[in-house]
Amino acid sequence: MSDGTYNFAYLDEQTKRMIRRSILKAVAIPGYQVPFASREMPMPYGWGTGGVQVTAGIIGPDDVLKVIDQGADDTTNAISIRKFFVRTTGVKTTEQTDEASIVQTRHRIPETALSDKQILVYQVPIPEPLRFLEPRETETRKMHALSEYGLMHVKLYEDIATHGHIATTYDYPVKVNGRYVTDPSPTPKFDNPKMDRMPALQLFGAGREKRIYAIPPYTEVKSLDFDDHPFEIQTWDAACALCNARDSFLDEVIIDDRGGRMFVCSDTDFCTARQAEGHVGPMAGTLPGSASEEVADGVG
Amino acid sequence: MPVSAEAAALHPGFADPVFDAQRLFRAVLDAMSHPGRIVQLSDLPDAPLPLNRTAAAVCLTLADFDTPLWIDDQSAAAEAARRHLRFHCGCSLPEAHGEAVFAVATDPTTLPPLASFAQGSDEYPDRSATIVLQVDRLSNQAGVTLSGPGIEHKTALDAGPLPTDFWEQVRANGTLFPRGVDLVFAAADRLAALPRSIRVEV
Repeated sequence: MSDGTYNFAYLDEQTKRMIRRSILKAVAIPGYQVPFASREMPMPYGWGTGGVQVTAGIIGPDDVLKVIDQGADDTTNAISIRKFFVRTTGVKTTEQTDEASIVQTRHRIPETALSDKQILVYQVPIPEPLRFLEPRETETRKMHALSEYGLMHVKLYEDIATHGHIATTYDYPVKVNGRYVTDPSPTPKFDNPKMDRMPALQLFGAGREKRIYAIPPYTEVKSLDFDDHPFEIQTWDAACALCNARDSFLDEVIIDDRGGRMFVCSDTDFCTARQAEGHVGPMAGTLPGSASEEVADGVG
Repeated sequence: MPVSAEAAALHPGFADPVFDAQRLFRAVLDAMSHPGRIVQLSDLPDAPLPLNRTAAAVCLTLADFDTPLWIDDQSAAAEAARRHLRFHCGCSLPEAHGEAVFAVATDPTTLPPLASFAQGSDEYPDRSATIVLQVDRLSNQAGVTLSGPGIEHKTALDAGPLPTDFWEQVRANGTLFPRGVDLVFAAADRLAALPRSIRVEV
């Protein structure tokens, strides 16, 4: 049940209309950052106020909401945003990607492919991909107007000159529908291929920077690269220690002070679902708190 | 308290302003992110002529004091429609269509050239008009072929009545990208959208 003290989804109706108009223009101009009158939210900038405002602008009583932070449903940011929407809207929430109609995310795209009935809302800290190359807004705006993206290629080239390969691993710039160079938010570049021709609508909200942008369904999203240094994603030698997945994004977790470590799926829903299906990784059941802890200790 | 004749003659707005606006917005968002898709609507409030219910509901959903709204019929007969929009949306109703953020064409055959509406600039292409065209005919049978962002392969769209050179104008609008106007086709209880990003083959 929602808290009747607030309007549905916290924001007042005029604010929602303003956000909705910005979203529609963002969808009509794929990859272009639409300025919007971002509001003060009851959480600090940097905690997803942009994504929260976009979600508040689109959400309705029939929606099912999933919120993830770095792929996980059970981290602080995800839990507090999920609680915020439960309190202000009363909508049903889920941790299962395929059950959700709206997925709000910080820094990951779920491993489970999204459908065209779903909307993916990104929390974006710095929406301007050219910002660290050119600090002046007047200049970056002109660069976008003129499609002048040579500087971004220089940056990638300097990576190659210094490191021998493109060393950018997250926030990896993409070109949307052959026109705008766009910031995918700090997702790992592992997720970039999922953005290309994704059936779900992708909406991006940057609260502090006051920008909304969008990638419509089935839109070409190309990661910038060179013919002789083509774009490639991260790979791991290990499989997920819990579910044995070799095709998901893995987090490295330090598990003791003697150099012990494990690699686990960053997408908790994906990992849990695989374990439920019977996939077993090399460290499944050996961790503190799991059922077979004593057995594992005995072996160790 | 006595109710004036003018207030009594007003048509009601949304029965539930919060949830009806949200529902209508999602319909428009669905249409805008899947250009050519015909989205069915239900439970729309009545609207005074010459507005149709779909076009009026889109205005109630998106227009307010920040968005000058131009309506093509400036005649005295359309005063009820203007009063409806002024009262429920609180928007200004300029006579010059070039000033409008939203435009409603109750008779699209007399629509001024698309290029004469706000196009946005190269730096701010979002500062452009969204034009709502009231049409009798709206289907995915025959018509023009659409492709581009939001469309998996191709979609056919037929709408009318429209100006004879309308699709030629839409094609010219697309060549201005990222500048240009965005279109919403409002038929009885259904709508479709055509953003500037879409390629049109006649």
